[in-house]
Amino acid sequence: MEWVNAIVQGILLGGLFALFATGLSLAFGVMRFVNLAHGDLAILAAFLAVSFSATLEVNPFVTMALVVPIMALGGYVIQRFGFNWSIGTDPLPSILVTFGLAVVIQNALLERYSADSQGLDIGTFETRSIEFTDDIAVGWFPVLILGVAVVVLVGLQLFLSFTRMGRAFRATADDPSTARLMGINDRNIYAVVMAIAFATVAVAGLFLGIRQTFGPTDGPAQLIFAFEAVVIGGLGSLWGTLLGGIILGVAQTVGNQVDVEFNVLSGPLFGHLIFLVVLAVRPSGLLGRGRG
Amino acid sequence: MSPLLEVSELSSGYGDFRALYDISITVNEGETLAVIGANGAGKTTLLRAITGLVPTWSGSIRFDGQNLLSVPAHRRVAEGITMVPEGRLLFPSLNVRENLLVGGHGRRPGPWTVERVVEVFPLLAPLLGRPSAVLSGGEQQAVAIGRALMANPRLILLDEVSLGLAPVVVRQLYAALPQITAHGATALVVEQDIGQAMSVADQVVCLLEGRVSLEGPSAGLDRADITAAYFGMGHRTEAGSNEGQG
Amino acid sequence: MKGYRISRSTPESTVGLIGFGALVVVLGTLPWWDSDGSLQTPLVAILYYLALAQMWNLLAGFAGLVSIGQQMFVGIGVYGMLQMAEVGGVDPYVAIPLAGLVAAVLSVPVAAFAFRLRGGYFAIGTWVVAEVMRLLTTESNDLRGGDVRALTRESLGGYSLETRTNSVYWLALGLAVGGTAIVVLVLRSRLGLALRAARDNEGGARSLGVSIARAQLITWVVVAFWTGCTGAVILLNTTSTTAGSAFSVTRWTALVIFMVVIGGVGSTTGPIIGVLVYWIIDEQLGDADAWRFIILGGIAAVMATVAPKGVYGLLQQWRPLQFFPVRRRLAGGPDNPSPPDVGDPEPQTAAEGEQ
Repeated sequence: MEWVNAIVQGILLGGLFALFATGLSLAFGVMRFVNLAHGDLAILAAFLAVSFSATLEVNPFVTMALVVPIMALGGYVIQRFGFNWSIGTDPLPSILVTFGLAVVIQNALLERYSADSQGLDIGTFETRSIEFTDDIAVGWFPVLILGVAVVVLVGLQLFLSFTRMGRAFRATADDPSTARLMGINDRNIYAVVMAIAFATVAVAGLFLGIRQTFGPTDGPAQLIFAFEAVVIGGLGSLWGTLLGGIILGVAQTVGNQVDVEFNVLSGPLFGHLIFLVVLAVRPSGLLGRGRG
Repeated sequence: MSPLLEVSELSSGYGDFRALYDISITVNEGETLAVIGANGAGKTTLLRAITGLVPTWSGSIRFDGQNLLSVPAHRRVAEGITMVPEGRLLFPSLNVRENLLVGGHGRRPGPWTVERVVEVFPLLAPLLGRPSAVLSGGEQQAVAIGRALMANPRLILLDEVSLGLAPVVVRQLYAALPQITAHGATALVVEQDIGQAMSVADQVVCLLEGRVSLEGPSAGLDRADITAAYFGMGHRTEAGSNEGQG
Repeated sequence: MKGYRISRSTPESTVGLIGFGALVVVLGTLPWWDSDGSLQTPLVAILYYLALAQMWNLLAGFAGLVSIGQQMFVGIGVYGMLQMAEVGGVDPYVAIPLAGLVAAVLSVPVAAFAFRLRGGYFAIGTWVVAEVMRLLTTESNDLRGGDVRALTRESLGGYSLETRTNSVYWLALGLAVGGTAIVVLVLRSRLGLALRAARDNEGGARSLGVSIARAQLITWVVVAFWTGCTGAVILLNTTSTTAGSAFSVTRWTALVIFMVVIGGVGSTTGPIIGVLVYWIIDEQLGDADAWRFIILGGIAAVMATVAPKGVYGLLQQWRPLQFFPVRRRLAGGPDNPSPPDVGDPEPQTAAEGEQ
């Protein structure tokens, strides 16, 4: 029964990973851009929520209404006036810029908030759960996270498929120079993509902060999990990202259970190994289109 | 007739490579201008400079009296300049209808709709839901022209429409040109095929190694002069002088 | 085509080589004239950082392999040294190249995974592999990466403290000079030509196909070997470690990247300038660890956008010099060869010479 529970919890945890991975997947899909500060931005958002909920004396949930738009705006501005300069056929500049930003964010958080772990307390909702059997209980909060992840991914997919802006996203992803001939401002598209990426990762960061304690240097681990979810699911596929997140989540919770029972391999390590297996067996990912 | 497009003493190129040397051309509203020339003469660079995809090094491009130099490529579409690029360059992730719709992204007002494009190119009617990558060359070219029309252009630049297509298909496509100009668009056609260019154009400009080697009304030009201007015969050219040294 | 010849040397590269040689002599004799060690102690770290910087630059700046997982090779070197010297009883100086060899051997299966990814995803992929190695080291009952482990007096053999201090310094100097030489030699070889083709012209490189991938793999293994040796020397210097510090992404990769980016990616002189700039900044900042990273990371991020060729690139714009004879130039023949006859090319930014 512990194993069934581990799988159920893993699926729910996968929702969080999928949410982390959404922005990474979208930015790569549209502009072949990999933001190495992605995980640190989530942690930054969580710290912003800590500060806001302390100064405004509100539930951290409420600060989402503030943190998410601020992060989205930040994403737009930093892409429009920063990252766009590093986009090109050579991926090196963009890697260097975002890696530099990642280290700056981590250390700025260390300087401002110290290395102590923080948490976001939203009250009793976090701990409430539905008990199916004695061994299997599903928390409302993890269900909420998975629900939000599904809504975000379905919403994005619909946006890409059926709106004028979504069409422009896809055209720019195919060929930015020809997209300009259509009157599409590719630089603006990139900025909007980054705004969406920052917004979704901010939501993920807040959920993470509610789920568990976090510190200024936790960002890279989140980046790595998000990246693994994207690669497992398949580059350029949003459905793949959801699937990849869930597989990674299950791998980690099952891995933890293995650790408990047999005292070998920890959860994250198990997740990494699953990622490596997928990379070896199916490098384009489970739902990938084979490009990458 | 007022000049719609005035290119004066335009120089442009890629990186360190200079492709155009002080080119001046004028396109009058309602007229069709054909730019001809051999491979590498600078025809495509000229079009890309007009659309803003390659930078202008010196000289000026005026459209309806307005200087375009400070206008970025995506805004020039809103001004009414659109291009059918060489090689068609449809968006593979978009189906045919979406390719047409994305052409109208700028929402510039005008007569063109998906339905009207299908009227001009009836072969597209059953293909609207198909992925653009599975179409034949001629079908793709029709989509590319339709996509450009969706921007409701005042000036449409057609780059090597006939390239790689069967003559019968080329004739079909060019047969649509009068319908296009009838809706108020002025056309600038780039062609390697001299005969095709002469048959649709009012004016002809011939480029040779980045310079204008001949220009005039298509009716008044002598075939032998065109051939000479096209291949650079009777001119002392850079390439010739280099061969002498090498 | 008579009258043309391929030449790599320039007058300033000859001067540069002489100057570099003189500097090596001065640094090599340092233990005899810097008796209180006020220069020697900080120089050890600066020199092994230069070795790491040259190696990262060889990958990212020349081979198109932007790795954020270099700490894996440092860590392998550290733990290779620990196991061989402590458990195997190998002489620590013999263990250095052996530790490098272990890193080189392990780098091949790593490449089998990581080379499936490109660009930014390759970067994170190498990071994941390094992370896996750190976790395995931590959880391994043999390696005991979670505990502090040290080279003990027995395994350091009969060597006196002074011998050890000086030999570590000379080893670090050797790693730095050798690392620079490796880059120069690779770039002058056919390997360098293949790598440059891959970087400058993706289309052309693709048609070369197989040889590019092979050139990248060979470079990867060479870098792994040298980085592993550096890791072993780092342990000889510090004598104790944990998996966390041996596989530290910030110490062995982030700092190194910042140095190279500030000095100049894709040039052999850039890493040297970068390491010197780092030394200066580091001296000013002292213990302010967070600020050191904020400042270095910030400079690097800005530099990567506005001056992608770093300080060296800015110097080149001001006065082009070529200190290391790595670039082939066409000499002789007519002064201004005619430009090639290119037909309406696709728009692409002209590949700029990178040395």
